[in-house]
Amino acid sequence: MNVLVCVKRVPQTGGRMVLAPDGRSIDTRFLGFTISPHEECGVEEAVRVVEAHGGMSAVLTLGPAEAEDQLRDAMAIGIDRAILLETSGGEWDPVSTAAAIAEAIQVQEAANGAFDLVIFGNEAADTGDYQVGIRVAVALGRPVINGIKGLTLTDGVAHARREAGGGGWETYALPLPAVIGVKEGLNLPRYPSVPGRLRAKRKEIERVALGGSPAGALGLGAGEDAAVEGTGVGAVPGPTMVGLRLPAEERTAATVIGHGADAAPAVVDLLLQLGLVH
Amino acid sequence: MAAGGAGGPILVFVEQVGGEVDRLSLEALAFAAPLAAAAAGARVEIVVLGSEAAASAGTLRDSGAALAHVVADARLDTYAPVAWAAALGAAMDRSSAVVVVAPGSDRGNEVLAHLAARRGLPMAAHVVSVAPAASWRLVRQRWAGSLLEDAALDAPVRLVSVAPHAVAPIEAGAGAGPPVEAQLFDADLHDADFDVRVGGIEASEADGVSLTDAKVVVGGGRGVGSAAGFGQLEELAGLLGGAVGGSRVVTSLGWRPHSDQIGQTGLRIAPDLYIACGISGAIQHIVGCKAAKRILAINTDPDSPIMSVADYAVIGDLGAVVPAISAELRRRAGAA
Repeated sequence: MNVLVCVKRVPQTGGRMVLAPDGRSIDTRFLGFTISPHEECGVEEAVRVVEAHGGMSAVLTLGPAEAEDQLRDAMAIGIDRAILLETSGGEWDPVSTAAAIAEAIQVQEAANGAFDLVIFGNEAADTGDYQVGIRVAVALGRPVINGIKGLTLTDGVAHARREAGGGGWETYALPLPAVIGVKEGLNLPRYPSVPGRLRAKRKEIERVALGGSPAGALGLGAGEDAAVEGTGVGAVPGPTMVGLRLPAEERTAATVIGHGADAAPAVVDLLLQLGLVH
Repeated sequence: MAAGGAGGPILVFVEQVGGEVDRLSLEALAFAAPLAAAAAGARVEIVVLGSEAAASAGTLRDSGAALAHVVADARLDTYAPVAWAAALGAAMDRSSAVVVVAPGSDRGNEVLAHLAARRGLPMAAHVVSVAPAASWRLVRQRWAGSLLEDAALDAPVRLVSVAPHAVAPIEAGAGAGPPVEAQLFDADLHDADFDVRVGGIEASEADGVSLTDAKVVVGGGRGVGSAAGFGQLEELAGLLGGAVGGSRVVTSLGWRPHSDQIGQTGLRIAPDLYIACGISGAIQHIVGCKAAKRILAINTDPDSPIMSVADYAVIGDLGAVVPAISAELRRRAGAA
């Protein structure tokens, strides 16, 4: 079973975000970086699939040279090899990102054999585009399902489940090769061991230089005619980020209704006042 | 003028279950109405799928929609993303729509992404507003709404999903407006379009009131200290007929199942009251609970970020405060 997991390097945010002076990115001078949370579970799942079924696991990212750190994080918990589609400055829109990843997968498969399973996160933590994995699957002509929080592979079929709107789980069966978009909660990712980190540090990373201008790389400007159905090639790129802003701060001044256990009567009075107890 | 300019129909993808239109679709209709009003000659049309589709269109008299494209194929009663996208695409073609609006649900985003990929069109997810002009400028959410992006979207047909709870939904019901004209059509779906579909429904392991339906949610963070520490939160939630949730920290530590996580990578809740216990208030958590009508924070640190979104606060150790609230509730219930 050969598995590829695609990940994205994102800043590790916690407090209110601060924008860079150009208003086109987050100020990350004081932030660390991580793999987008849904994809951390995708990495763990790729490792588990190969542990259970044998084969080879690979991790791929499209991002700056520094995204090497996230590829090594993935290898530290057991991913076998890594591919970096290296960009130089600026964001890539989801159409261009998907086109570059689909092409890279085809190149990888021609050299090393097909991936039975390609895993994406349901959506990236930062841009939240909800589409890259689906675009790649359509370009490759493979079945795809998003939002997956449970996965088992038997006899060439991926049995996947996702939360149903009204509670419970929807089940899906996809013949392999397939593309699966996963959500956090699929598993609890392991922590890397020290030997794992050391091994990952020494591993080769396969680098593909993509350059800095996605629209230029595709040879297409916005507004040109749409592509041939199903190929995902020659698609109109976009949306194009113009700038970022922080939402208006909705600060409240919390009313302190008490301290410690002595606050209990005041809390119950509040619950009565809000009509939540009778 | 750029391709896809003013005047053409704005097509809204409406999800329904058993004839009842879902809330996020009603929000998508509310989002579409001013777009149509801003473009001369534009009007809102809807597309509804499945055997109950015509009935659900009948509940949208006040939606401002002039026309419903109905694919009454019973195979569409089961969710199948490719088939749903093919049907949506067929409606897009027959209406000559210049904009397609989908609800920002799991299904809405997924179906729209399939349509976008098949047609080679860009798609903007979780849009909160649009300034319609020849060249479109829109605002969309990043980081689940912690950050906003101004973006341009230029394409022959513009595909957007609407950020959940960014606009108030329209009212569904019989209404006083003119009836929505339902046009049934055959979307020419192929068997292969149904290869990926819901094969079955498994019951959830959880019992009791769900986090998304509960009127009171008691949430715990790192300050709860352990899995066992959630017992006191369960007790309080039980007395209030509520549900217990947690921050990402507590699900990552395995203190609670992931299905209880409130936040960017978990659930968005909207209870009448959210009681945040020992939660510092990282923005990834705040985006999951800020739709609560009221927030009560119980925390030892009066300067923790949760205080900036809370309406009420109790300063103190939740291990003392939470059992005391439960005891007081019992005492008053016994006295009544």
